[in-house]
Amino acid sequence: MRGYLWSSNANVVRVEDGGESPSVCRVNDVPTAHRNAVVMTDVVAMTGGFPALAGIDIQVAEGEIVLLAGPNGAGKTTVLRVCAGIQPIARGSVSVLGFDLRTDLAHIRSNVGFVGHRNGLYEDLTPAENLDFWAKVIGASPDEVDAAIDVMALNARVRDTPVSRLSAGQRRRVALAVLVIRRARLWLLDEPHAGLDASGRDELDGILRRAAASGATVVLASHELERATALATRRITISGGVIDGGDRNG
Amino acid sequence: MANQRRRLALSVARKDLRIERRSHVLTAQILPFTLVTMVLFAFALDATSVLQRVAPGLVWLAVLFSMMIVVQRAFAVETADGALDALRSAGADMSGVFFGKFIALVVQLIIVEGALWIAAVLLYGIELRLGGIVLLVTSSISATCGLAAIGTIYGGLASGIQGRESLLPLLVLPVASPVLIGATRSAEAAFGIGGTVASEGWPWLGLLTVFAVAFVVVGSFAFGPLVDD
Repeated sequence: MRGYLWSSNANVVRVEDGGESPSVCRVNDVPTAHRNAVVMTDVVAMTGGFPALAGIDIQVAEGEIVLLAGPNGAGKTTVLRVCAGIQPIARGSVSVLGFDLRTDLAHIRSNVGFVGHRNGLYEDLTPAENLDFWAKVIGASPDEVDAAIDVMALNARVRDTPVSRLSAGQRRRVALAVLVIRRARLWLLDEPHAGLDASGRDELDGILRRAAASGATVVLASHELERATALATRRITISGGVIDGGDRNG
Repeated sequence: MANQRRRLALSVARKDLRIERRSHVLTAQILPFTLVTMVLFAFALDATSVLQRVAPGLVWLAVLFSMMIVVQRAFAVETADGALDALRSAGADMSGVFFGKFIALVVQLIIVEGALWIAAVLLYGIELRLGGIVLLVTSSISATCGLAAIGTIYGGLASGIQGRESLLPLLVLPVASPVLIGATRSAEAAFGIGGTVASEGWPWLGLLTVFAVAFVVVGSFAFGPLVDD
């Protein structure tokens, strides 16, 4: 089974897996003949009986870093959750990495990494143990765990400290390391800068740029407009569950 | 597919038991709680003959109460930072997650039950007959599997609901009552309480086994959709 793995200098390293196929499908399951990572057409999604998305159309090309901007309740998080395959849609169509949301949900979930307000970690375990758990879940090798730890600059002290004792920035780096181990092709991040200090935000931006450089697509929702706009290649503004505007950087 | 599920189940079980070993919740909180419960039962009933008559029921009641805490804890570690959601959104086979959490619960409940039976012998003065040992062990294992399956199903269902701490007992206790009855009758036969003989316990073991198998099968299919919703 083939896949890719970052090195810390953003080169793409080919790896060959032996053994049985993993519990969670990985990057080689992605169809290659497509250019859009996300295509949402006339999507309506309900949250608690309220249309959080009211007929939205979004396209995200592979390798882009796209910022979803807008006020609270605009529907940014719902867009991310729909793309992650964890929020059903009431109308419209969604294609993620070439897979249809209604018919290929398992493939979408396998290839998409979603980090929301919570990091999805076990707080009583250390980062190394968390990553080791995920490696076992998806069938990744110890070398891949080491590489992810290297990519996220988790030093020896951090990786052997229980997650509950880590700072917000360190936790976020561990959560992103899980996405690296999973070889997620589409990174969906909800308020990734929240709770981070200035250096943590700089580190996060560097990580996301390297992810995009290595072929991943990044979609983030953020209120940190100045910083996130500088990071993103494109900004999509959402308001009331519909597109309210968009800009392309550079 | 079966290998993947087995690997995921073992990973989840090992992870849960590692967290438990590190946090000492079972040894420092749950075991003392169950032992205090046994002492309080003794204070409340205050007659050796009564205690010996009802000891199996008291033990299994204490197991049920302990199970509530163990299940709450098992899913609290999953929901504290959204780890269960992360597994779900990563497309992990949720039946594998079910079996992993089920195995970890079985291990923890067996430790609790061992401590409770020892406490019952020491505090209430009940005596286990040689012929009842096999019945007690097999019925305890079957009952434990049934309880663990119920706990895992409803723990997963309640994990995404506000007020789950009070909701879980309301959901679990009525469903677990057949296990409580079967395990108590079976243990009474194993200990020869009330003039019973060990052979009277085997039909109850059959009931416990059917119950456990049914809930394990249901859980393996239903856990994913329940957690998804």
